[in-house]
Parts: sequence; C-alpha cells; structure tokens
Amino acid sequence: MKRLLSILLCFVSLSAFANEPANEASKGEGFNPGEMILEHIGDSHEWHLATLGEGEHATHVSVPLPIIAYQPTKGLSMFSGGQLAHGHSHNGLKLEEDKLVAEDGSKVYDFSITKNTASLLFSAVLMLLVFTAVARGYKKNRGRAPSGLQSFFEPVIIFIRDEIAKKNIGPKYERYMPYLLTAFFFIWFNNLLGLMPGAANLSGNIAVTLVLAVMTLVITLASSNKYYWAHIFATPGVPKPLLPIMIVVEFLGIFTKPFSLMIRLFANITAGHIVVLSFISLVFIFKSWAVAPVTLAFGLFINILELLVAILQAFIFTLLTAMYIGGAVEEHHDADMQIGYNEDETAPHAAH
Amino acid sequence: MPAFLNPELGLIFWQLVIFLLVLFLLGKFAWRPILLSLKEREDTIDNALRMADQAKIEMQQLKAGNEKLLADARHERDRMMQEATVMANQHRDAEKARATEEANRIISQAREAIQQEKNAALAEVKNTAAKLSVDIAERILRRELAEPAAQTQLVDSYLKDVNLN
Repeated sequence: MKRLLSILLCFVSLSAFANEPANEASKGEGFNPGEMILEHIGDSHEWHLATLGEGEHATHVSVPLPIIAYQPTKGLSMFSGGQLAHGHSHNGLKLEEDKLVAEDGSKVYDFSITKNTASLLFSAVLMLLVFTAVARGYKKNRGRAPSGLQSFFEPVIIFIRDEIAKKNIGPKYERYMPYLLTAFFFIWFNNLLGLMPGAANLSGNIAVTLVLAVMTLVITLASSNKYYWAHIFATPGVPKPLLPIMIVVEFLGIFTKPFSLMIRLFANITAGHIVVLSFISLVFIFKSWAVAPVTLAFGLFINILELLVAILQAFIFTLLTAMYIGGAVEEHHDADMQIGYNEDETAPHAAH
Repeated sequence: MPAFLNPELGLIFWQLVIFLLVLFLLGKFAWRPILLSLKEREDTIDNALRMADQAKIEMQQLKAGNEKLLADARHERDRMMQEATVMANQHRDAEKARATEEANRIISQAREAIQQEKNAALAEVKNTAAKLSVDIAERILRRELAEPAAQTQLVDSYLKDVNLN
C-alpha cells in the first residue's frame, strides 16, 4: 500500500508540475494545489500519465483519446485527440481549457471518449470478464461448492439478494436483481479503480451518478403501483387541511430521493479524492521531505478509509435503490411505517 | 459553478449507453445463470437436508419395527415352549396312567391264575388224600379181619409210608 501510495505520489508530483501553464511562469515554481486537485477529479480529453522535466521543457506523457463531436452545421466528426494537442485546431474544432469548442463559435456537442469514458469502457469490459468468469464457475461447479473468483463474489451476491433485495423489495425482488447487482458492482469497481494512481475519477463524476440516480428513479416510477401514488396524493392519516402541503412535500420527495443518491455518491468519492490529494499536496506546499511522514501517514489512512468507503457507498446506493423500489411495489397490507417485507410473514410485527 | 459540478453531455450519453449495455449483457450472461445456480444449489441442499431428516425418521421407525418383531418372536418362542412343556407333561401323565393300568391288569391276571392253580392243587391234594384214606381204610379193613395186633402195627407202618409229600 505504501509503495502504491509512493507511486501515486510520483504521478501526482509529476503532473502537478505539468499543470503549470506556461503563461504563469512569472510566478516561478509556484504550485497551485487547488488547480491540481480539480484537474485530478475532473475529466480530460487526454489520459495524462506523467510529466518528465520541468517548466517549458517538460515532456508530457499522455495517451491521446478519440474526439467525437457533433455539430449541427457540419455533422459528426471523429479524429484523434492528438490533433488538438498544444492548442492546435482540427476540423474547425479546438480545445479551450479542455473544453471542445468550434473556432467559429457555433454549437458543438461533445461525445468524445474522454478519460472518464475510457475508464468507463475499461470497467465495463472488466465487469463483463469478471462476472462471465463467475458465471462459468457456476456452470463448472454445478451443484458443488464454489471455487476461485466465484467463491469471492458469491457471498456479496447472496448478501445483495438476501439482505438488500429480499428485505426491502419483497416477493417481487427477482425482477430488480440484475439492476441492483449491476449498480452495486459498477459503483464498487469504479470506486476502487478510481483509487488507482493515474486513474479517472469516474464514480465521483456527477454525470455518472446522475445517470445512475435517474435510472433508479425511472425503475421506481415504472414499477410503482396505485398504493405508491395513493401514499403521495392522499397520504393516509393526514388531516385534510394539511393535504395540499403534504402533496407538495411527497411529490418533491419522488425527485429528492434520487437527487440525494446522485449527490451522495458524487460527493463522497470526490471528497475522498480531494482529501487524499490535499495531503499529498502538502509535500509540494512545504517543499520539504520532512512533512512526508505526516502526509504519508494521513494519505495512507485516508486511502484505506477510501477502500472502505468504496464498498460502503456501493452498498448505500444499492440499499436505498432497493428501498425506493420497495416503497413503489409495496402492497397495501404492509403498514405505512414498515417499508419492507419479512420472509416470515407470520412473525409478529413487533419483532421488527 | 466549478466544472466538476457540471454534468457533461458526452459522459451522460456514454454512461447511459455503456451502463445499459453492461446491464443487459451481465443480466443475460452473468446474473441470470448465477442466480439460477444459487437457487438450484440452495434447493438441492434444502432437499438433501429434508431427505436426511426423513431417512432418520424412517430408520427410527424401522428400528422400532425390528424391535417389535424381535419381541414378538421372543413372545412366540416362550408361548411355544410353554405349550410344548404342557403337552409333554400331559403325554407323560397319560403314558404313566396307561402303564399303571396295564401293570394292574397283569397283576390281577397273575393273581387270578395263581388262585386257579392253588384251587387246582388243593383239589388234587384233596383227591389224593381221599384216595389214600380210602386205600388205607381198605387195607386196614382187610387186616383187621386177621389179627387186631397186627392191624395197629400195620396202620402205623402205613402211616409212616404216607409221608405227606
């Protein structure tokens, strides 16, 4: 872990210097941690790996990524991001502070394979490889004990099925299992990948969490029954004069729930990255190796904490999604106060 | 607003497309087989446990049946032994009674035969004695006619001859 962190430190140190724009050379070797951190948590049109050398003679080691742009006037254009390096323009397009703009100022829809998109593709391929391997394990060890990768993921899958889906959704849980499992492992894998040195901050990107949250919202609304809507527009047990207020509150609740999902995941992961990077930045702020023990210790601590947060956030997102779906498919006989379903239907409600 | 708070259209598009693709592919090629296999295995284990319980109960029933059979057999054996003893006793008693009867019959027959023999012997003794008496009397009568003295002597001699044997 320490080695990993020192590698991370190297990368950060290199890219930190690379970050200095040439026109700020007047400030000397000034280091701007805020800018460095924002660059790290943000998206980019190139995958920057390292910078060798300093100042204007620096050699940037980065992987150019494909640019895909749609312009209403010109149509679709696709070319390597290397064409746009160092402020060059290609096909009437150029990068302005890593934002794709048209030279003539017309509207550009940017569908480029950015660093985050590349990372997304990588994690998608990784997930497909891992879980088809797990599925193969089930075919191979049919009716027998799990082995290898399969035995690592089986408890997690069973946990999601039994503790998240069954408990919160109820007897109809099976239909939602693919989404819950995919969301859980997508978030977990990308949280962990994001902690790798030089990796993209995909699960801490608001566009990604936005899509996940909207999917949860769509699934919740698509599976909602009349009791769900009755609860929103005629909340049981609320006096009539209060209903107009309650309807507004409950109706907003439909959207605030997924909104909180979006913000929670985005903020937790991004904040974790910011804290780790901040500790590492201390070395460059103090320009002394003496602070390294402190930054290493704190950086290591936060990084390990982030490993926990990675699975915790995946769990929370999945759990809350299951609870929202559970609220939407819940049958009337479950009392209002009790979201969820007990497999043992005969158990007294007091036992909850 | 900082750039990182602003969701980019491109990433939204790719995230939606790729996530849905992953969801579809994993759902078809991973989650479905995995969840089915898990369910199948759980059912198998459940069934195996249930069957083991059933087998245990059956074993107990079988054991109880065997014990009952054994007890029955023991009981039957005792009954048969008892019966055999009773029958043997009866048989022995009957045999004994028959033997006694036979013995008694033989004894009485013997007794009768002895009685007859004795009677015959006595009759013969009586005849012989009568004949002797007559004989003696005849001789005496004959002698008396000659000499009385000699008569007595003669009787005596005769009587000596008649040694009753």
